[in-house]
Amino acid sequence: MTLLTIDGMRVEFPSRRGHVTAVEDLTITVEPGEILGIVGESGAGKSTIGNAVIGLLEPPGEMTAGHIALHGERIDTLTDAQKRSVRGARIGMIFQDPLTSLDPLQTIETQLIDTIRENLGVSESDASGRAVALLDAVGIPDPAIRIKQYPHQFSGGMRQRVVIALALCGEPDLIIADEPTTALDVSVQAQILDLLKGLCRDRNVGMILITHDMGVIAETADRVAVMYRGRVVETGTTGQIINAPVHDYTRSLISAVPPPDRRLDRFPLVTYIEDAQERPEGLDLATHWLGQSRDYGAASEELLRIDNLHMRFVTRHSIFPSRRLFLDAVKDVSLSIKSGEVFGLVGESGSGKSTIARIVTGIYTPTSGSIRFAGTELTALKTRKEASPWRRQMQMIFQDPFSSLNSRMRVKDIIAEPIHFHNLADNAAEAQKIVTDLLDVVGLGAQAAGKFPHEFSGGQRQRISIARALATRPRFLICDEPTSALDVSIQAQVLNLLKDLQQELNLTMLFISHDLPVIRQMCDRVGVMRNGQLLEVSETETLFNDPRHDYTRHLLDLMPVFSGFGSDKN
Amino acid sequence: MIGFIFKRLLQSVIVMLTVALIAFALFRYVGDPINNMVGQDTTQEERAALKERLGLNDSFPVQFGRFVKNAAQGEFGISYQHRRPVSDLIAERAPATLELSLLSAILAIAVGIPMGVYTAIRRDGWLSRAFMSLSLIGISLPTFLIGILLILLFGVILRWLPTFGRGEVVQLGWWSTGLLTTSGIKALIMPAITLALFQMTLIMRLVRAEMLEVLRTDFVKFGRARGLPDRYIHFKTALKNTMVPVITIIGLQLGAIIAFAIITETVFQWPGMGLMFIQAVREVDIPIMAAYLVMIALIFVVINLIVDILYYVVDPRLRVDRAATGH
Repeated sequence: MTLLTIDGMRVEFPSRRGHVTAVEDLTITVEPGEILGIVGESGAGKSTIGNAVIGLLEPPGEMTAGHIALHGERIDTLTDAQKRSVRGARIGMIFQDPLTSLDPLQTIETQLIDTIRENLGVSESDASGRAVALLDAVGIPDPAIRIKQYPHQFSGGMRQRVVIALALCGEPDLIIADEPTTALDVSVQAQILDLLKGLCRDRNVGMILITHDMGVIAETADRVAVMYRGRVVETGTTGQIINAPVHDYTRSLISAVPPPDRRLDRFPLVTYIEDAQERPEGLDLATHWLGQSRDYGAASEELLRIDNLHMRFVTRHSIFPSRRLFLDAVKDVSLSIKSGEVFGLVGESGSGKSTIARIVTGIYTPTSGSIRFAGTELTALKTRKEASPWRRQMQMIFQDPFSSLNSRMRVKDIIAEPIHFHNLADNAAEAQKIVTDLLDVVGLGAQAAGKFPHEFSGGQRQRISIARALATRPRFLICDEPTSALDVSIQAQVLNLLKDLQQELNLTMLFISHDLPVIRQMCDRVGVMRNGQLLEVSETETLFNDPRHDYTRHLLDLMPVFSGFGSDKN
Repeated sequence: MIGFIFKRLLQSVIVMLTVALIAFALFRYVGDPINNMVGQDTTQEERAALKERLGLNDSFPVQFGRFVKNAAQGEFGISYQHRRPVSDLIAERAPATLELSLLSAILAIAVGIPMGVYTAIRRDGWLSRAFMSLSLIGISLPTFLIGILLILLFGVILRWLPTFGRGEVVQLGWWSTGLLTTSGIKALIMPAITLALFQMTLIMRLVRAEMLEVLRTDFVKFGRARGLPDRYIHFKTALKNTMVPVITIIGLQLGAIIAFAIITETVFQWPGMGLMFIQAVREVDIPIMAAYLVMIALIFVVINLIVDILYYVVDPRLRVDRAATGH
């Protein structure tokens, strides 16, 4: 018998300006033991489906049409108390971020036992036994000891295992996993996906896997529903969707995924996605503002050289030196970046990639080592004034487009700020002209100048960040995970923009990412980092085809196998 | 943990020494202590002899050292005004202030926290809106005005409660309490409410804001998704997480209640330390001022120490060294 049936569901959010329809005419089914993937970009209404099924729609959202049935029995019309008994006991839910999904002030044991007792009504000792067995089942070593610990004592991947154990406490028939691996490293992602697949198979549990990541879908789901703007545009088996998509949107979505197995010159233009804007063709540097005073002398072959860089943070202070604890975030790293080159740094979280970026830009002072930028030793510059001309030549683009722009400033002021700071314009009118020009260059258009950051989407905000970074006419750009907070289609646009700008302005780039396919598309040379050490540096194609270090090979193996339907077309 | 407490104790000692230095400077350099002690007709020789006897000719560090040593033993000299040891005066007045302050603190916490929780859970209920509107009054009206209005209403118009003093007190050893007689309790009601009102509304608004924040977190949402009942989510999950930041503020406010009892004590002529301090200021009674300063500082330091220890009890993340976390 079909486990879950959703038929003709519509979810609306009433607002002052009329109703916003988050999900429209949704019809899907899930069989026991089956994994149904729901894929789509942010705002497509994926998460709303999960919330509607467990009856936890954020008010004022409500289901205004259709019905949801579990084992043929309607659950959307139940009272609040009855819905609560469905949650946990019959439908479990797993959220995206394991770092925030657990109550930080209670032990894992309390959280597990309370959930088990609430859902199954068993005795405390019985619940305790089940809790340990569950932790064992989700692959936590020494469950009897670790159960006594608090969430902060677990790593991200382990916490997600605990979250899964908690979702299984009430022995549900259906699990809704909302982006379960998005916040995790690749190696951990693979383990968690294996765990979820195994649980569905062994316990005959059905699962709805909500994700934006085609790679995750390709590896995990049995069937896929593709969502666009609240509607399912295409449903089919995973193989069918990936290899022979019918709908234009599905094709666009798949073509926007950076292929790990080859390098594209530019990402295919995604016509179906409406956020795409045209930007002016090619810049003439001889006449354009961005080209002025770019004569940095004869471009030396080597722009940035880092030697034996070491960064040590004190993690426990003590007056006794023997009791101090340290974290060596960067250990003895040496690398050099040639002028006009895009140098990639890849590694998992905590590997020290971002620390290097922060040292180079002067946010951190290194413990030891030397950084030479265009022949000048940066660590020898002690005052802000001395460092300022060098800082102006290097700019940074941050990961999170939502927190890296001051929400109280208008876009024109955000972009003009570095111009004023470095006295690059003679007067305010000239600065405004430059701002308008920069907005054109990044494809936003002059009308964006008077708006505030919250009026823009994530991709547009990242364009604003890029415009701000370009405002000082830098020659060196540091991009720290510039697209990892963005949807794939938007990511494709932003990466294309970065590539264009890099070529037109002959920028040198340090490109930091955890995403190997993105690195392959963007970089000329790549350094692989782990635990603060630079393990290997090689030409991008060499690295992907013939990795020398074991860890690089390991990372490449974990890379999602998904390579897009376009692989046989190009 | 022991290292942590040790470090905090060390910081406390430094704070107390700094305050003692200010108090000592007040004592030594504001006016001439000899002049304040002796009568008009004392001869220069007698003054010089007294100065020598009191050690006022010694070097600054020696005098300060003596002051600290005496202060540590609770000895602050003789009040100019009352001609009695300051320590005796304080011991006499302290029970009145402490009784008033503790009652106010208990009132503020016992009413403020539940009101904060209620207004957070039932954000849009009419009772929540009423509480929020009332709390605006508590926040915006100055303490003395509330005191005067209460006196006008309950003391003058209705004549239910006494308008000044402590009423009858019972002596329990050195501690005098007003809690054992009807007139004592009646006298306590208005000052306690006056003193508690501001703190109560502050705590309520703080708890409400924190609780709303916690109720939006992922772990609360995940709790609901696992079928945990509202009662559990509100009181076991959310309230505990709310308390972490609230404890700090409550601790600081408790110190503030004791320190700022001055105004309430003045309005109600409450025979506590605050009133004594105000009178001491008027009469330039430096020993009392110095002693009061040191004592209030001590209270703040002790409360802060307790708050820090409570943090350890409530938040497990602080118990383990950060380096030990991870895998």
